[in-house]
Amino acid sequence: MSNLEYLLYLGCLIPYRLASYEVSARKVLCKLGVKLVEMPDFNCCGFPVAPVNYELALSLAARNLCLAEQQKMNILTLCNGCFGTLNEANKLLKEDKALRDKINEYLQKIGMEFKGEISVKHIVHLLTEDIGLERLKEHIVNPLNGLRVAQHTGCHLVRPARKVDRGDDPDEPKMLKDLIRVTGAECVDYMDEAECCGNTIIGVNEDVPFELAREKLERIKAAGAQALITVCPSCHMMYDFNQPRIERKFSEKFDLPVLHYTQLLGLAMGLQPEELRLNQLRVKPVELLKHINA
Amino acid sequence: MSIEKIDPKFKREIESMPGAERIRFCFQCGTCTADCVIARFSDFYKPRKIARMVQLGLKERLLSNDDLWLCTTCFTCVDHCPQEVEVSSIVRALRNLSVKEKRVMPSVYKTFATNIMRTGYVYLMPASRLKRREAEGLPPLPKSKVEDVAKLFEASGFSEIIESAESFEKVEVGD
Repeated sequence: MSNLEYLLYLGCLIPYRLASYEVSARKVLCKLGVKLVEMPDFNCCGFPVAPVNYELALSLAARNLCLAEQQKMNILTLCNGCFGTLNEANKLLKEDKALRDKINEYLQKIGMEFKGEISVKHIVHLLTEDIGLERLKEHIVNPLNGLRVAQHTGCHLVRPARKVDRGDDPDEPKMLKDLIRVTGAECVDYMDEAECCGNTIIGVNEDVPFELAREKLERIKAAGAQALITVCPSCHMMYDFNQPRIERKFSEKFDLPVLHYTQLLGLAMGLQPEELRLNQLRVKPVELLKHINA
Repeated sequence: MSIEKIDPKFKREIESMPGAERIRFCFQCGTCTADCVIARFSDFYKPRKIARMVQLGLKERLLSNDDLWLCTTCFTCVDHCPQEVEVSSIVRALRNLSVKEKRVMPSVYKTFATNIMRTGYVYLMPASRLKRREAEGLPPLPKSKVEDVAKLFEASGFSEIIESAESFEKVEVGD
């Protein structure tokens, strides 16, 4: 139990747009006995500037890693992008001395030095590795039997596999599926589950991500899922926030609620829909809530 | 295409950038293009073709095509490459170089970088949302140490690039 203490790295998109993810994650983790410490004066993980200047992205990531080193605590993220960026920077800077020296030159200007003393985890890893499916099962008081959902793990939690290095299958991710089954819900298979949501390029082109999202939503509906479960704020925005626009663009109706995994788990742990901010979802999970009698 | 347009040293320049080290080992099998979610939307953005153009030294053509900005960084090409070439890292290197040399980038990245430099966060957090955190019972968002973040921008040379860089809005894809 003593290792269940993490420095919570929120990143930007969650505080900007997705209180529903943050609130539900905090409530669930609190119930599971995980202690979260607030990260002091952090900055963006660096992901958004990697395409324009990778060394700058690495140094922004490294500053966050140094803050955690100062606290002597491991980092917990709720976002795939933050996880992928911080984890990759941590691994690269630990392994590549020339690169570490270069980034440390930058960090020296702000009185910091990357030492490589901490690790970075995503909430999916924490639930799977630190708590474990067996112990998680003990917390399920309201099993979601009969509910059929689909999962979208998202790219940066599993790829590139050599850098993520967590043992999940990048082409057919299983960790989130197992976590979903613990809640009592059924997790259906559909075509190309590991395919990208496309949200990272929405700022330069909307047509491509919308087409990708439309295809995924169609496949999930065809598989008979009543909801889609995500673990990344960016993927969530693509499928929930943008769903009405995708429906309008293609004159199709999906009406597929998209829940953060922490909301699904919270329901199974007996938390109330309002506590988990299900009311803040754009696609209202009306039928789903009737189904589970919440 | 005339031979003068070819830069024989280009592949060496690219392979000196982080993640692009193994470009010379690409043997053009096409696995990356077959598995790329974007390739079917663009005639230019075919990862196999991009890797070949780097090997050949077609620098100008590579750096001036807006479709370079269509890679979603899903990293499927990286995982599936039998030669362990980090194809999407090569695309990142090309984007980085294009910004550095041509001083032009999609406006969304200019906005992102400027926001981070000024506030520490990629989005400008409206006061109303920070207040709503309170109503939600969430702890206040810490104020990022902006002067330190700005120093990192300075050290990387990027603060100067942002000021002089031009930007373009959207990447069009054909039907």
